[in-house]
Amino acid sequence: MAKSQSDLPSRVLALGATSAIAIAVLRQLAVKGASFYLVARNGEKIDTVAADLRVRGASAVHTRVLDLDNTALHPQMLADSAAALGTIDLALIAHGVLGEQADAQTDYSHAEAVLRTNLLSPVSLITWLANYFEAAHKGTLAVISSVAGDRGRKSNYVYGASKGGLNVFLDGVRNRIDRSGVQVLTIKPGFVSTPMTAHLPQNALFAHPNAIADGILKAIAKRKDVVYVPAFWGLIMFVVRSVPGSIFKKMNM
Amino acid sequence: MARNPRPRFESWGRYPKLYADVVPLSWASDFPLKRPTPAPLLPVGAGRSYGDVCLLDGGTLLATRGLDRLLQFDPLTGVLRCEAGVTLAEILDFAVPRGFFLPVTPGTKYVTVGGAIANDIHGKNHHVAGTFGNHVIQFELVRSDGHHLLCSAERNSDWFSATIGGMGLTGLITWAEIRLRPIVSRKIKYQGDKFVGIEEFVALSRSSANSEYTVAWIDCVATGKNFARGIFMAGDHSEIAEPLVPSSEPWLTLPIDLPEFALNRLSIAAFNTLYYSKQQAKQKRALVDYEPFFYPLDQVLHWNRMYGKSGLLQFQCVIPWEGDQQGITQILKAITSSGLASFLAVIKVFGDVPSPGLMSFPKPGITLALDFPIREEVSFDLLDRLANITLDHGGRMYPAKDARMTAAQFQAFYPQWREFSRYIDPAFGSAFWKRVTNG
Repeated sequence: MAKSQSDLPSRVLALGATSAIAIAVLRQLAVKGASFYLVARNGEKIDTVAADLRVRGASAVHTRVLDLDNTALHPQMLADSAAALGTIDLALIAHGVLGEQADAQTDYSHAEAVLRTNLLSPVSLITWLANYFEAAHKGTLAVISSVAGDRGRKSNYVYGASKGGLNVFLDGVRNRIDRSGVQVLTIKPGFVSTPMTAHLPQNALFAHPNAIADGILKAIAKRKDVVYVPAFWGLIMFVVRSVPGSIFKKMNM
Repeated sequence: MARNPRPRFESWGRYPKLYADVVPLSWASDFPLKRPTPAPLLPVGAGRSYGDVCLLDGGTLLATRGLDRLLQFDPLTGVLRCEAGVTLAEILDFAVPRGFFLPVTPGTKYVTVGGAIANDIHGKNHHVAGTFGNHVIQFELVRSDGHHLLCSAERNSDWFSATIGGMGLTGLITWAEIRLRPIVSRKIKYQGDKFVGIEEFVALSRSSANSEYTVAWIDCVATGKNFARGIFMAGDHSEIAEPLVPSSEPWLTLPIDLPEFALNRLSIAAFNTLYYSKQQAKQKRALVDYEPFFYPLDQVLHWNRMYGKSGLLQFQCVIPWEGDQQGITQILKAITSSGLASFLAVIKVFGDVPSPGLMSFPKPGITLALDFPIREEVSFDLLDRLANITLDHGGRMYPAKDARMTAAQFQAFYPQWREFSRYIDPAFGSAFWKRVTNG
């Protein structure tokens, strides 16, 4: 059953809270008076985001400076966040790195770093959060993945593999806890104009983080499982996935 | 003439067309830049200034729109602290539902706070409120050597003064604190009066001096008995409380460049006659929303495409009071006889509230602003003539709306430029500054 916009989550845990997409989502929730537990690596940036959310109407903002690569610290931090918020309605996992495909091809440690940040760190967080939400019989776990996880391409398959692994993991978690009334949302943005992509040449396919946030909040309200944002990426990726492997392997993508 | 693959950042006038690297800043701590980029540097906000004050011919533009966070707001006093890339539109979206309005606004809300300070913008309330800089309490200026300066009328007041109207050359403004003004309604009590001739315009300006907002549209094409006809527009915030709902999105984007012949003498004369005749009575009163009153052109995103690919030239001067209106009349005559004027011409009386800015444009007198389509040589000759008439009458021109004034003209308009140049960040520059200082 579709939730109305007034039913937006009001107690929000944001992991990677200084990412451009996370900020755009959190701002819209702040206007409605949500309270937040923000986690990010850089203290100055997290303070700036916290100030912005407070001014826009957040009823409370807690911050935690933490490098989310450090999975050993996750359980304590997550327990602290649940205690600070009272309960978690929405956990948004938004941290990630693009990495350098060329470096990752020759240097395994670079590939490992991308996989640690984009896959292992979320897996650790989701493990705790899935159990938390399952026990609560409610809540939304929203994870920012990428269209790059839909099919490996030579231009970014290490990043793509990290997101593809994340997608499969989320499929499984959803299959396990959906019946407990928990929404597990896999978010697949296309190209977004953010600091992460600032060095890339931008074209008409690039979307503003605000447009991505609109799509994410709509998907949360409609209790969707997977959402492409903007929606036209669903069609693009359908075509990309449909190309037979014998042809795909010869393409320059 | 693809000189290099660097992106071309266009100012609103789309002239001149220059190439520079662009580095987007997302956080105040991104500056000073961590890795070397081509010199010089120049911050650019929304790129809504018309000429080349926000451009570089080679070098690195620091794009500040990513610095878009609100940092502090006091609902009792209306003091807002925000990052420099926040636009006035974003401030209105936030402040209007809370019962506050901009202290000063130009004719578009799509400018950033940093740009508003750097060009010390003015609006329809200049005669009572002064410039934007008059409402800036403090800001942070970061120099390329990493120094952070907190600037206000009390602290680092010389830097405060140099940076307001300082065209982005004194360093990067990371955040600013401004004082908003309270409102109880979105509505403006509007009064429109038709006039013919500068004397009638001046008389209306005098009799409306108590109105918070005054401006006039003037027909710069009509000659003979219709010379200097126009509509004088006065407005005040309504004092009748009404729901302060947010604004809706613009309803139209001009998707393509119109061909250059779209705006010609006939089409503009026809528009002007229609516009002048739209108001049939000599005087009209109405209660209107603030959006059409302040931002009629913002309803059409990218209206500058109307001028075609080659772009447009803006001209804005202020001619001080000297008892008569000879200077402004000469300028109008030069424009009407050229046949180049567009329909977007406004005239206003500036007041005597002094700006804190060292290089600020406004001063007491009559200001005239209009666009010209770019017709090589013809338009350039006219602008040069207008600049000289302005100079002869002790006036000055507005850097944010200029692409053509000469170094000699600029230095006569702003004799304080040498004093100002001591505050320029050694790593900063602009195409404008290079042009007007032969740098």
